[in-house]
Amino acid sequence: MDNMTLIALGSIITAGLTMAVGGIGPALSEGRAVATALSALAQQPDASGTITRTLFVGLAMIESIAIYCFVVSMILIFANPFWNHVIAQAVGK
Amino acid sequence: MHLSSDQQILWQHGFLKLNGTIVTTWALMIVMAVGAKLITRRLATVGEISRWQGFLELVVTAIEGQIKEVGLSQPERYLGFLGTLFLFVATASLCTLIPGYEPPTGSLSTTAALALCVFVAVPLFGIEEQGLGGYLKSYMQPTFLMLPFNIISELSRTLALAVRLFGNMMSGAMIIGILLTITPFIFPIIMTALGLLTGMVQAYIFSILAAVYVAAATRVRQPKPASEGKR
Repeated sequence: MDNMTLIALGSIITAGLTMAVGGIGPALSEGRAVATALSALAQQPDASGTITRTLFVGLAMIESIAIYCFVVSMILIFANPFWNHVIAQAVGK
Repeated sequence: MHLSSDQQILWQHGFLKLNGTIVTTWALMIVMAVGAKLITRRLATVGEISRWQGFLELVVTAIEGQIKEVGLSQPERYLGFLGTLFLFVATASLCTLIPGYEPPTGSLSTTAALALCVFVAVPLFGIEEQGLGGYLKSYMQPTFLMLPFNIISELSRTLALAVRLFGNMMSGAMIIGILLTITPFIFPIIMTALGLLTGMVQAYIFSILAAVYVAAATRVRQPKPASEGKR
């Protein structure tokens, strides 16, 4: 397999796997966070402001992990430096 | 692939480029500044209060309340910075209702700039509150072995702020763009609504996180009681 095929193959598979595996952890933990927040709300409804705000901040932090995976995936598909290098070489020939 | 409005170059002269992000950001800034100036021209405290003034009062009071709940006891000192962060990101995301508009926060340059502002502002507020020595000593809490970790956490928080906002805004715009080529009827409208919700939540998250970082930096640490040393 020549360079171009190898780089394309690696990028495509890695991009897909990154998003697939990287989405599992944040999804599970967000579910747990919301479940715990709901039970806390049920126990203390008058602290709902604090609980809701803390829940949102926590969800944003967890979501960041999924966003990092998404950004890596996008870079591999749309702004891949190795692919650009190989394309530049092929065009130059 | 059109990732962000950075790639729309409107004017070029040598290495100076005027791209879509800069134009959109400046347009947003002018609209917000001129709008605020017009609304607050004749502030009324008694009698007939105009609707716009009531709306602005609502917004400012809500932001002040949130800042106070985070733990900053004097919200007026931080209202300018934190309120502007929230209002800019929220307005940038609300304007996606306008056709042909791309949010400037969908470009990594804008979000990196905002995150750098927070990175610079947090030590400034901390030094203003605790003095230079007191603030620098806070990096050694609870033991001086934590110094490299505290420094790393400062840098990684800034990076996380930038990438979180960029990822959310860029993904929203990109998904709508892709959907428009596949099912150009009802589904993109639902995704636009979801994008609006995400934008508002991300604006809130950005400003609340900045407030939490400022609160952590300006927290006056209680001196250790003298009885502990005598043991």
